[in-house]
Amino acid sequence: MTSLIDVKNLTLRFRTDEGLVKAVDDVSFSLKKGEVMGLVGESGSGKSVTAKALMHLNARNAVYDEGSKITLHTDDHGEVDVLSLKRPADMKIVRGGAISMIFQEPMASFAPAITIGSQMIEQLMLHSDMSKAQARALSIEMLDRVGISDPAKRIDQFAFELSGGMRQRAMIAMALSTKPKLLIADEPTTALDVTIQAQVIDLMKDLVNEFHMGIIFITHDLGVVAQTADKVCVMYLGRVVEEGPVREVIRNPKHPYTRGLIAALPQLDDLDAPLVPVPGDIPSPLERPSGCVFHTRCQEFMGDMCKTRLPQDIWIDPDHRVACHLHDPKETGK
Amino acid sequence: MTDDILISARDLTVGYQIGKGIFNKTILNAVNGVSLDIERGSFFGLVGESGSGKTTLGRALLKAAPITGGHARYADGEVDYDLSTLDGAALKDYRKRAQLIFQDPYAALSPRMTVRDIIAEPLEVMGLTKGRAETDERVREIAAKCRLNLEHLRRFPHAFSGGQRQRISIARALVAGPQFIVADESVAALDVSIQADVLNLLKQLQADLGLTFLFISHDLSVVAHTCDHVAVMYLGRLVETAPTRKLFAAPRHPYTKALFSAIPSLDPDDRGSAQKLTGEIPSPLNQPSGCKFHTRCPNAIDRCRSEEPSLENTGDGHSVSCHRWRELLEAVPA
Repeated sequence: MTSLIDVKNLTLRFRTDEGLVKAVDDVSFSLKKGEVMGLVGESGSGKSVTAKALMHLNARNAVYDEGSKITLHTDDHGEVDVLSLKRPADMKIVRGGAISMIFQEPMASFAPAITIGSQMIEQLMLHSDMSKAQARALSIEMLDRVGISDPAKRIDQFAFELSGGMRQRAMIAMALSTKPKLLIADEPTTALDVTIQAQVIDLMKDLVNEFHMGIIFITHDLGVVAQTADKVCVMYLGRVVEEGPVREVIRNPKHPYTRGLIAALPQLDDLDAPLVPVPGDIPSPLERPSGCVFHTRCQEFMGDMCKTRLPQDIWIDPDHRVACHLHDPKETGK
Repeated sequence: MTDDILISARDLTVGYQIGKGIFNKTILNAVNGVSLDIERGSFFGLVGESGSGKTTLGRALLKAAPITGGHARYADGEVDYDLSTLDGAALKDYRKRAQLIFQDPYAALSPRMTVRDIIAEPLEVMGLTKGRAETDERVREIAAKCRLNLEHLRRFPHAFSGGQRQRISIARALVAGPQFIVADESVAALDVSIQADVLNLLKQLQADLGLTFLFISHDLSVVAHTCDHVAVMYLGRLVETAPTRKLFAAPRHPYTKALFSAIPSLDPDDRGSAQKLTGEIPSPLNQPSGCKFHTRCPNAIDRCRSEEPSLENTGDGHSVSCHRWRELLEAVPA
């Protein structure tokens, strides 16, 4: 499979009244065509900021470090260096062109006073040379494709007239109508009921097969990741602490944080198992811990080593890496 | 009725009038003929999709939604109230005995009040303490029980993380010494790592203070781990109720089964094997005839479309409202 997007040493700070706040710290990963990656972590771990960086979509006070590089491989424009894009006309390539995004709250993402159809048609006309009639026909087709009944009628309705699950379907239809190469889904099912969540997950799986696009699935629900993703990136306080194939990471987690996340999950097959929280709270990005960022909450804390030195990526397998001193043969002497 | 039932509802109905004028009156029954008993000191779970009426039922039991039919009774040994007629001084007294913990800890706390003032407010409003010293004493006591750092009492809510905020709202709900707590999706807005911590705290407080909880949630795995007894709602009606273990071991209503199978499994190799519900919950204004679930039920027959099933006690505290539960039980080999 060929590479779709490569993220190298992405470091991002926000300029705030309280000084520069580091939100993403030296993040690297790549995604191949047709691959589904789960991006997992607590609130404040930097998953959404990372995803937005892929579209160069962060607020104006975002400062990218010199070495940060995001390369998108497109068919029409060759290799695009996302972070060097300046003019809005160029941004169109990544924003809604090659990359589409689905947001968490579908009610907040549709303009309330414009019909669903006008919004779908508008973006199609921006990103292609379709006529209005063609754009409308395609929009209706897409709405039908995502399982919205009576799409010819629905297209002229407003967002408030649709139920939560339908709005999210319409959002997906809109995001896919420009045939993006990469779909970023930011907590797309969190606001939905389990039954509707199952439907949306099924729909997204079908669409990956049909359109052969890459998906980055941002979620804090490891169950959703297990059901959808090929590989997983676990983030904590702006850093990737573990990355690997979904089976490996869930069955054989290496980082104490990943293990903590799995232990905290209530599981139905053992109702007597106690729920084990990850102790403490995620620190404020203003007070980033020294050394390993997770050492303040770590169950396997090994003293000064963790407090002072930043763990490097250890490759357990060719596709499974973890950033923890526990697995460094040099540190533990094993 | 035995002494250890704290809350009992009989054919409880909550209706709202939709539309104005004499000729355009429509009554929307958000809760329709619900009967249930909540034992003293139990953790009673209430599950269902959005629109199933679980929040409305919770509010009705707090006398915060209009009871338009049936009865609800609260009896804690000291007092015995009929909630459908409760008013005046008795209602004020009931407010001390029954409290609500909200879903979103970011919206439930006033940003302009210190944590101490937030927790003290119920005491001051109800006039439960004689002076500031006593109020402070009570606030400190409950804050310690909720594992809040006492030095934090002078701070404002913005300084706290989601988990800490939820502990503050729990402290506020408990400060007046209530017997009955409605926790409405109280962990839904939290990360899994924090969620386990708050759930453990609620269980601890229940044991220490002898509280009775009505725990409203759409997350079945959370309910399975915390509750003693579970009731499943659909479109304003109870469809199944049973002790937690019985329900999870052998669900009888097709809706309960579908809810269970929609929970994303943590096993990456167990994808999409489960039976999925199609469609969405119907509008309460346009309710289906017969069994309300027949439009989405995989087992529906003609009888289900015409005749509404009643909640049938099947022994051992298990009740189900389905015409065909017995047949379906036999059809599936155990």
